[in-house]
Amino acid sequence: MAQHVLVPPLKEEDVRKLQLEDTVRIDGTIFGIRDATQIRIFDDKIEPPADLTGAICLHTAPGVKKLPDGRYQKISIGTTTSTRMDRFVPGLLERYQVRAIVGKAGLTETSVEAMRRWGGVYLAIVGGAAALETMQIEEIEEVWWDDLMPECLWKFRVKDFGPLVVAIDAHGHSLYRNVQERAAERTKRFSFT
Amino acid sequence: MKPSPEIYDALEVVARDLYIKALQDIPPDVRAGLSRGLEAEKQQGNQTASGIMLTILDNIRVADEQKTLVCQDTGLPVFKVAVGGKLDMDLWRLKDSLRKGCARATAERPLRPNTVHPLTRKHTGTNTGEGIPVVKLDFVPDSDRIELQMAPKGSGSENMSFLKMLNPSEGIQGIKRFVVQCIFESGARPCPPMIVGIGLGGTSDIAMGLAKEASTFRHLGTHNPDPDVAKLEDELLDLINQTGIGPQGLGGVTTAMAVNIEWAHTHISQNPVAVNIQCWRGERAEAELDAYGNVSWK
Ligand code: SF4
Repeated sequence: MAQHVLVPPLKEEDVRKLQLEDTVRIDGTIFGIRDATQIRIFDDKIEPPADLTGAICLHTAPGVKKLPDGRYQKISIGTTTSTRMDRFVPGLLERYQVRAIVGKAGLTETSVEAMRRWGGVYLAIVGGAAALETMQIEEIEEVWWDDLMPECLWKFRVKDFGPLVVAIDAHGHSLYRNVQERAAERTKRFSFT
Repeated sequence: MKPSPEIYDALEVVARDLYIKALQDIPPDVRAGLSRGLEAEKQQGNQTASGIMLTILDNIRVADEQKTLVCQDTGLPVFKVAVGGKLDMDLWRLKDSLRKGCARATAERPLRPNTVHPLTRKHTGTNTGEGIPVVKLDFVPDSDRIELQMAPKGSGSENMSFLKMLNPSEGIQGIKRFVVQCIFESGARPCPPMIVGIGLGGTSDIAMGLAKEASTFRHLGTHNPDPDVAKLEDELLDLINQTGIGPQGLGGVTTAMAVNIEWAHTHISQNPVAVNIQCWRGERAEAELDAYGNVSWK
């Protein structure tokens, strides 16, 4: 279980070398996306206004305050359940060369396969740990599509962001699948007396 | 006795402060449960699970130090209010004060507004609305005090709610099978390690209400006073933790910190079982008011 520091933009080999249960921290910039952001990109077919090549995307809808100069100040930034946004993952990887998704609760086999094929990883953050996350996000650098507030396209500058656990790697392995299969196996043996 | 007229204003302020406190300050029994979880994972030598438990505790420390929200989800406000039977109160005004307090917390702190119409999804912007806050009223004999418990119930765990009207012939075995199935289906989504609340008996609505009461208002480390029910709590906790789902669903021995069961009598041909999950943050705040509106925090 190695420890890594990732500094985006990432290249394919940066994520191919990561293994399940490795620990990751991020320095640099990451993008915030949620349901509405991706509906605009994939369903409404509007090209994202930022270059996502090699990007790390966080599943979030931040709590922010708009300042008089038009910039945004963070209030509480946490992570939302990724499973809902599963269907967008193949597109993010194939079309835009996104290399990593940060979220909670995992993704399905469709995404596991996409990550194996295009070279991407899923990094599990501790869900609900927003106090820490908010502190590690140093600044909201840019916001696009603020009509979707809070589900805009966000650019954050982060320092020591994590710890994150490699929960789906770029070789077809998923920690969620492993845990679930084991749980199914074990519950089958319960006698419930 | 009639309480002093100031009591309704006092209730409004307490409701506001309880909402904010519950989001910032994790209760001591939940902190202790999380620390026990960390120890258990360390003993197993599970680095991933220990790391997650450490991060959770670290997050609570940061929220303490910086007076920030522990988690971004400001939830739906739920109150449990036990009114002393000796108090001759206007209960409509009591509920109205709680509602105003929630709206004030939302505007003054400020808190993320979550409350929307179920069809139009239109925001009220206040974290109050039709039926919100949820207020569960109860009455205590021989008392002239008001006991308040407040929980801003987060959606990741609330979405993991289940009800089944089992056959009476399925008995305890059926109950266990259903509960384990619910936990298996929930997996990583309610942010484990979780607190599992179970409501047994009653009618369907009572069972769901008891499950919420068990997951959200019961303190960790307590048991149901009925020895048979308490035994079922222990047995279920053991089974759930044997699944190995673990912290954040990434594997480990701490899937749940507690299984709490509340029960009511039911019909000869019914066997209702309700499950409601609370996430690791176990958010809850408590205070008590006397008839003059003086507040003591717990
Ligand atoms: S499930 Fe609970 S801890 Fe997790 S994000 Fe939701 S409210 Fe926060």
